[in-house]
Amino acid sequence: MDPRLSIIEKRLANIGRIITVASGKGGVGKSLIASTLALSLSEKGYKVGLLDLDFQGPSAHVILGARRAYPKEDKGVVPPEVHGVRFMSIVYYVGDEPSPLRGEDISNALIELLAITQWKRLDFLVIDMPPGIGDQTLDLIRFMSRSEFLVVTTPSKVALETVRKLLKLLKELRIPIRGVIENMKSIQSSWVKEQIDALGVPFLGEIAFDKNLEDSIGNADKLLETNFANDLEEILPKLQL
Amino acid sequence: MHEWALAEAVISTVVETSKKEKIREVTEVKIEMGELQQIDEEIFNFALKVSIEEAARGQGDLLKKMKIKIEKESALLKCRICGHEWPFSDQAKELSEEESESIHFIPEAAYIYVRCPECKSPDFDIIKGRGVWIDSIKGTR
Repeated sequence: MDPRLSIIEKRLANIGRIITVASGKGGVGKSLIASTLALSLSEKGYKVGLLDLDFQGPSAHVILGARRAYPKEDKGVVPPEVHGVRFMSIVYYVGDEPSPLRGEDISNALIELLAITQWKRLDFLVIDMPPGIGDQTLDLIRFMSRSEFLVVTTPSKVALETVRKLLKLLKELRIPIRGVIENMKSIQSSWVKEQIDALGVPFLGEIAFDKNLEDSIGNADKLLETNFANDLEEILPKLQL
Repeated sequence: MHEWALAEAVISTVVETSKKEKIREVTEVKIEMGELQQIDEEIFNFALKVSIEEAARGQGDLLKKMKIKIEKESALLKCRICGHEWPFSDQAKELSEEESESIHFIPEAAYIYVRCPECKSPDFDIIKGRGVWIDSIKGTR
């Protein structure tokens, strides 16, 4: 019997809402949207946590510039605050090294993180997911069925095809979907919106391709001033947070 | 300490399972402690004791007679590439304090810091001895 499973619910008990930023495809801006969303909610005065579950390609720490942060031990581990956000990532334990984990090991590492992390009281926990519908997505559905999905796509047909699969799975399992954001928009087209509408999922809005965004990576204050963050800010009311 | 979180999880599982199985008094709980996670037994035992006291409030006699038996399990690793099997203890002493601590918190960090001694591959399985596991819960209904 795995003792960790019975404690996960207790660890998440004082968290108001769990927002999971996901996509079927990599490179669509999930980590940037998750990190900026967490920073923005924190700026508004909420208690916010950010959990990077992308074990094989963690990047939220790079976006936040959290290289020197490390959790404290107090009946488990307490995530450090980075720009006001309680930030947890496997990166504290694997550093910059590659993490070649297989399915069962991914599940085990995820369960361990959920079982030992003491978030304390949070208004929001934002989760930065790896791409696809693999282990972390299935485990998240298993352990956090109240989590609300914020799905990211780009104008690309390739990205949308994978997003379609993720949305289908979430709908089948009756997991709450807040809606879809179209990121990296560069030309006017309503094609993605029409596709999402046809799936019966809320289309939340667009974020224009921001060529200056790269300069703000690692600098949270600068990130919140980008056009990217402004576009995301306009979408937030539709998330009904 | 990290041991506290695991001890709390063990006692929470015992209470939850006893309720499910309609056990009135738990008599014995057997715990396997995998070597890979490098649990500090003294801290773990103390944390178990405190967790039992905390959980016992409002549970009547459920945990009053409970005895906890802890068995240590050596960690065994097996390479998926060349099939070589080896005990983690061979490599444990070669790890830095930082690497060792990372494996303590997340045993899967072993895939970052341990390699097959024969073919140097990181693609291996943890056959046994990963972490804390409840082997059995005995009690009276």
